[in-house]
Amino acid sequence: MKAAAFEYERPRSCAEAARLLQQSAGRGKVISGGQSLGAMMNLRLAQPELLVDVRGIDALQRCEIEADGIWLGANTTHAAIEDGRVSDPTGGLMRQVAAGIAYRAVRNRGTLGGSLAHADPAADWVNLMALLGAQYRLEGMGTARTVGSADWMPGAFTTALREDEILTAVRIPRLSAQARWGYYKVSRKAGEFAQALAGIVDDPARRLRRALIGAIDGAPHVFDAAALIDDWHEAAADVELQAAGLKAGTYEYQIHATALARAVRAAAAMRSAAA
Amino acid sequence: MSRIQLHVNGKALSVEVEPRTHLADFLREQQLLTGTNLGCEHGVCGACTLMIDGVPMRSCLIPAVTCDGAQVRTIEDFDDDPVMVKLRAAFSAEHALQCGFCTPGMLATARDIVTRLTDVDDARIRLELSGNLCRCTGYVGLVRAVRRVLDAR
Repeated sequence: MKAAAFEYERPRSCAEAARLLQQSAGRGKVISGGQSLGAMMNLRLAQPELLVDVRGIDALQRCEIEADGIWLGANTTHAAIEDGRVSDPTGGLMRQVAAGIAYRAVRNRGTLGGSLAHADPAADWVNLMALLGAQYRLEGMGTARTVGSADWMPGAFTTALREDEILTAVRIPRLSAQARWGYYKVSRKAGEFAQALAGIVDDPARRLRRALIGAIDGAPHVFDAAALIDDWHEAAADVELQAAGLKAGTYEYQIHATALARAVRAAAAMRSAAA
Repeated sequence: MSRIQLHVNGKALSVEVEPRTHLADFLREQQLLTGTNLGCEHGVCGACTLMIDGVPMRSCLIPAVTCDGAQVRTIEDFDDDPVMVKLRAAFSAEHALQCGFCTPGMLATARDIVTRLTDVDDARIRLELSGNLCRCTGYVGLVRAVRRVLDAR
């Protein structure tokens, strides 16, 4: 229950962090809030030889508001999103999701970027960003590039980050005022990682009709939700549940189907409330 | 070893810490502030919850070395805190502790609930307390104690 020994560095810039990571040749790990990494290190599931603490890099705190989206710095905490201390381009969806992450004491320290880089399939942000079609800004040794959410997470606990790169910001597209959504998690206890997770967004102004099945073995399963927007259609849902790797008749299939149905109903209820 | 400067319970410290030492162990073993308890050491039980820069956090998940410049407040520093005075009285009145192991973390979370939130029903109190486990299972008393302080505001 104590972390193995490691070296510690606290760079002041992205370039310095990238250089430290490159020098560590794969044995270093970035820490921001450390709310997942700290637990994994205490359990010795992770034993990095070097921790590169990016909490002191001001650039990772910066938020840039654009007409049709917002760049949120990777060091933005879940609590800052929950409280509306940073702008929410989704008109409340991100605040709702943030409030459901773990516990307040964890949300006060844990960060958007840290959760995304950790890429736990059962965590909220990797799933929500896939649903919204977010973009990720990565900076390495003299390099900067942007990747889309479809390419961010090839599999569980795996990301597009190269050895010397850090995630600096995430661009979340703005939803229109007409947007309706639903997001539902099945957890055994409040604050635990989801056993099943689903979301749906219907934004006519942006012609966005997308749904998501998450907390599966690999990356989130995102699909065109035209058939599910107005109501629950079992056959249409079944195709997507199977495509997400869930086998009909299993417990896992059932809880994911339930999460998806409840997300669809929540979006429908939001639409009727506005009508 | 790395040198860090931080404030613990209002006192400015300049200390050497091993990077692998988490904040709770630093406080308990180097500062002899044993009011912070350790249960699971992976962020689930909430026993080690304390205040960093004015908000509750898990001291078992935070290497002390990452706390350079931080203001840390442990349960020992809340003797004269007006909110904690009310919470302690309510914890006694409602029998919100039995063995007392979870109490420092519970008080940190309870203080956050009564200072941060408005319009809190019992379900919300339970939700907010869900990150702190009481192995004596005294949750009814805990919810009532928080309720009592909220109602007296």
